[in-house]
Amino acid sequence: MEFTLYDYALSGNCYKVRLFASILGVNYEKISVEFHPAAEHKSETMLQISPAGTLPILTVGEMVLSETQAMLFWMAKTYDRSGAWWPNNYDPMAQAMVLQWLGFSGDLTATIGQARLNSLFQTPIDRAKVVKCSVTALRRLEAHLTEQSFEQKKFITGVFPTIADLACFPYVALSGDVGTDPGLEHDSYPAIRNWIYEIKSLPGFIPMPGIFEMHQLKDHEADPTIRQVPEG
Amino acid sequence: MMNPVERAKQDWYPIGIVSDPRRPKRYATRVLGKDIVLETKEEGSLSVSCGDESWEITEAYDHIWTSPSQNPKPLFSIPEENERDRRFVPCGVVHVRCSPLRAVENFLDIAHFPFVHTDVLGSEPHTEVAPYKVNIDETKDEVIATKVKFFQPQAAKSANEGIVTEYIYRVPAPMTAILYKTCPNRDDVLDIISLFVQPIDEDNCAVWPWMALYDDESSMADMVEFQQLIFLQDRNILENQIPKRLPIDPKMEIPTRADLTSVAYRRWLKKSGALYGALIQPAEQSAE
Repeated sequence: MEFTLYDYALSGNCYKVRLFASILGVNYEKISVEFHPAAEHKSETMLQISPAGTLPILTVGEMVLSETQAMLFWMAKTYDRSGAWWPNNYDPMAQAMVLQWLGFSGDLTATIGQARLNSLFQTPIDRAKVVKCSVTALRRLEAHLTEQSFEQKKFITGVFPTIADLACFPYVALSGDVGTDPGLEHDSYPAIRNWIYEIKSLPGFIPMPGIFEMHQLKDHEADPTIRQVPEG
Repeated sequence: MMNPVERAKQDWYPIGIVSDPRRPKRYATRVLGKDIVLETKEEGSLSVSCGDESWEITEAYDHIWTSPSQNPKPLFSIPEENERDRRFVPCGVVHVRCSPLRAVENFLDIAHFPFVHTDVLGSEPHTEVAPYKVNIDETKDEVIATKVKFFQPQAAKSANEGIVTEYIYRVPAPMTAILYKTCPNRDDVLDIISLFVQPIDEDNCAVWPWMALYDDESSMADMVEFQQLIFLQDRNILENQIPKRLPIDPKMEIPTRADLTSVAYRRWLKKSGALYGALIQPAEQSAE
């Protein structure tokens, strides 16, 4: 086991780590923490592990990480042999762009993530305001991905996915969990939809509740005799 | 026939978990479209009020239940609650934008397992729903489905490999479904998973899953997470069902043989007038 992940299955941030580990083919120990209803992440035991009182928590030896973006960075630097998920040191501009969109992923957690928690568990928030900021964030990403597509770039910072894509993906894909408020559904965002398909097509992609896999043809469905078009 | 709201008022609805240290002293929620407050007093006693009215309150199956009626129907019984070897697991509450009846009906359906709970409660190509039996127990006034069998890759947190799981379903109240299923660890007992549904209004509900399992190994967090994971997969489907309310007329949604339980459930709702959250077909229009 390479590291330990304190995990909650329904958390979009925990899912980022699970998804990246699956893509990289890294084995890790997963410990479930009862975020709801027990609020176990705020318990004395858990606060001793991570005083931040948040999930996920990633531990390796003495290192304890409570920020998802730091986890993705550490995983990329430690396990990614392709060197594509975090740009190399000779390209500070590319690194800066990834950092910029990692920052944006934090905005998504604070907007769509919070609105989703409110929809699921009725956590108290100023819902109208948070939903409005969620829509603003989605529109910003849509505009950016549209511009990227003009240059044949399918991902947030270029032709290949980086940890910025994985950091932004879950809460964008989960925006439908929030509600039917106008501007949250994916129908209005063709560039985001294409990007979601690209990420779902990555080797090693795994789903979470609310984020489904793309339908794959099973052997019996791919039977060529069934697909034959009758003549005449 | 009694109007749907009056009929719905006769039942009990879950509004909290008995031992929930995080519930505020005055917890505001909604039942049947009414704003209510669950108050926890210093000495621990509970009361429910709706404006000036005071509602009935009781505790059962780790949950706090309330009813607007002064003389509600008796709360359904789950005799297995007395088996002290079971582990009783309240799984919290999840809000869903769908009719409370849709939430119960989805719980009764097994045909969706391979597609919604892929590789957990079902998998392709094992999609066949073998014939099973459904009855309406007139004495208990319950819908009962028996001999429901389905291949499940991971039937419970404690299951290590795929098993053919046998299910029994009970619907003892319009907004409660209880499922008895093969226990992966023991062949002499059945695990219980219940869905207690709080009707926020006709188009919104809050679902309180509760389990009574024979499982000595899994941690509480693992068991709760497993159930929440399954339910969140359902939530996505439930919120996209159209119409939001449960159609009662069989002409509105065409059932197949696999939907026998649902057909019986809808018939039983119609017969007992429990139509809060149901879509009642407007009078037949003439063909011309």
